[in-house]
Amino acid sequence: MLLEVKDLKVSVDGAVILDGLNLNVGRGETHVLMGPNGAGKSTLVNTIMGHPAYKVERGSIRFDGKDITHAPANERAKAGLFLSFQSPEEVPGVTLENFMRTSRVAVTGKPVRLFAYKRELKEKMDGLAMDGEYASRYLNVGFSGGEKKKSEILQMLMLNPKLAILDETDSGLDVDAVKIVSQGVEKFKNPENSLLIITHNTKILEFLKVNYVHVLMDGKIVKTGDSGLIDRINESGFQQLAASGAV
Amino acid sequence: MERKKTMVRDIDRTVYDIKDKVNPSYQVREGLTAEIVGEISKAKNDPAWMRDFRLKSLEIYNELPMPGWGPSLDGLHMDDIVTYIRPNTPMRGNWAQVPDDIKNTFERLGIPEAERKSLAGVGAQYDSEVVYHNVREEVRRQGVVYTDMESAIRDPKYGPMVKGHFMKLVPPTDHKFVALHGAVWSGGSFVYVPPHVKVSIPLQSYFRLNAPGAGQFEHTLIILGEGADLHFIEGCSAPKYNVANLHAGCVELYVAKGAHLRYSTIENWSKNMYNLNTKRALVEEGGTVEWVSGSFGSHVSYLYPMSILKGENSRMEFTGITFAGKGQNLDTGAKVVHAAPHTYSNISTKSISKDGGVCTYRSSVEILPQSYGCKSSVSCESLMLDDRSRSDTVPAMDIRNDDVDVGHEAKIGRISDDAIFYLMSRGISEEDARAMIVTGFAEPIAKELPVEYAVEMNNLIKLEMEGAIG
Repeated sequence: MLLEVKDLKVSVDGAVILDGLNLNVGRGETHVLMGPNGAGKSTLVNTIMGHPAYKVERGSIRFDGKDITHAPANERAKAGLFLSFQSPEEVPGVTLENFMRTSRVAVTGKPVRLFAYKRELKEKMDGLAMDGEYASRYLNVGFSGGEKKKSEILQMLMLNPKLAILDETDSGLDVDAVKIVSQGVEKFKNPENSLLIITHNTKILEFLKVNYVHVLMDGKIVKTGDSGLIDRINESGFQQLAASGAV
Repeated sequence: MERKKTMVRDIDRTVYDIKDKVNPSYQVREGLTAEIVGEISKAKNDPAWMRDFRLKSLEIYNELPMPGWGPSLDGLHMDDIVTYIRPNTPMRGNWAQVPDDIKNTFERLGIPEAERKSLAGVGAQYDSEVVYHNVREEVRRQGVVYTDMESAIRDPKYGPMVKGHFMKLVPPTDHKFVALHGAVWSGGSFVYVPPHVKVSIPLQSYFRLNAPGAGQFEHTLIILGEGADLHFIEGCSAPKYNVANLHAGCVELYVAKGAHLRYSTIENWSKNMYNLNTKRALVEEGGTVEWVSGSFGSHVSYLYPMSILKGENSRMEFTGITFAGKGQNLDTGAKVVHAAPHTYSNISTKSISKDGGVCTYRSSVEILPQSYGCKSSVSCESLMLDDRSRSDTVPAMDIRNDDVDVGHEAKIGRISDDAIFYLMSRGISEEDARAMIVTGFAEPIAKELPVEYAVEMNNLIKLEMEGAIG
């Protein structure tokens, strides 16, 4: 198992958001996490990534054989975890290119060869239809919503993590941008690595083979199924699903 | 998860803190009296007018009150300050002739190396006197004069020019510490660039104060002829002592019609220094003065370079960064007087405070009644790295003409936890993430600093990773 979340209880500023949550993601698998607004989906992925504001009160998170429940976020990144943020931060004065180079060095622990790195970056930006000029712009500063999401996917491609978590990477994007981002995710996916995708949309899943779909409600996973579950939710909604006793 | 507290580190001061054995050839006793001032004047072999000027300044000093509006000066006792310490060497034009201890100090600071690589001329002051001055032959041939103030005063050709400008722009009546400067000034540089001469690479003067309990009072006088162009760099540092040291320098810049002067300063005094410095530029029609100012050292600073835009279409730009750590109270900013129509000013500053340090941004923009069609924009941003540090903004504006375009923007902030988390989620350690955010904050200012001072900025924020500066 690549990711094992066991009996997780998480609070933010004293309010319990998750309680008794279990989730397993195996190698090579693609999981989709759905749930109504405010159910705690972002809380879960921020906790998995190690945001200090999310307090783990009980339970554990294991990744790639190691307990990372209390590890700092940078150690999790080095272990092969990646989170594509819903609203990525703007960092003035630090260019995208230098930031990603620093990040690559930090994650791999190896120096990068400058020209090879620049070539790779250029190729991946082309693949995402990103103007090369963005490489020398300050990280996310003045980027549109779509450009920020592309920048997240670019970072994912450059870091090549074992598990990539996408937190509503497809929301707020126009049709063309969703297509480009989806193709980027498809390019990333191989038989070894895994995806955990939070989405309200099925467009991003079009090119992917989804293995499991989880429904998060009331602080825990209330249902797990195959990709067929997505259609059922889209037809009848979460409340109906809960009320029907499908849980 | 418990939050670890890792801080952006202090400036690495090792190189500045190396003290030489104090070995002066001559020094006055502590304190400030007419006898001491007379003694300095005699020791320096002043012309009569200068001797009178010093004594007059001392009278003004004794009449003026201490400033009552800025950081506390309670730790500064003039009775304990030695105002004149002559190093044990005459001024040389060749580093090989400078005594080893003094030469080694400037070697450690990288001055001779910078001179070989990227400067048109160098002046180096050690305590009260300039120990080295040299200018490249091709620059000398352009008619550029770059020498110590003492030589300039005695020069038959430039002596009258010095007399006609010395403390005319910054009169001793201006405030107490400039009156003090008028009484005990020593050292500094004189620069004259003839009309239409463009000096393509910078001149640099470096001021080093080695003796404990001493004052440094260098005078910099720069006169640019019509259409001339110059970049002048000023650097300063001192090792740390347990007693107060005082710096009350004075800079006067005369920018003639259509001339362009860039004046860059990296101030890295030790944390026992009271830095009470006065700088002013007078800009004639179509001329430009650009100030670039990095204030990293000193215990207390009062520093507000002033530009008087006297001629129509004259311009000033001020770019400054101030970094206050533990025990530092740095009160910095800029002043501008728009005294003619269609004049332009742009003030852009950033400050960083940490470990209980205090940064105050203080500025004044004055637009006189006759000055229509002026444009002025002021922007100041502050970053506080912890809850113990302080940052204040005191911008003053006095606008006496309606036909002007004036803007002001101030931002005070802290490093956001979400930004740190974002960077950490990409594998970067918390300490490096903080350093990256602080470096990024400073970057737009840092890139204006002279290249040869890049190392100073790198010392500012410890960077473990390569290429983190954008």
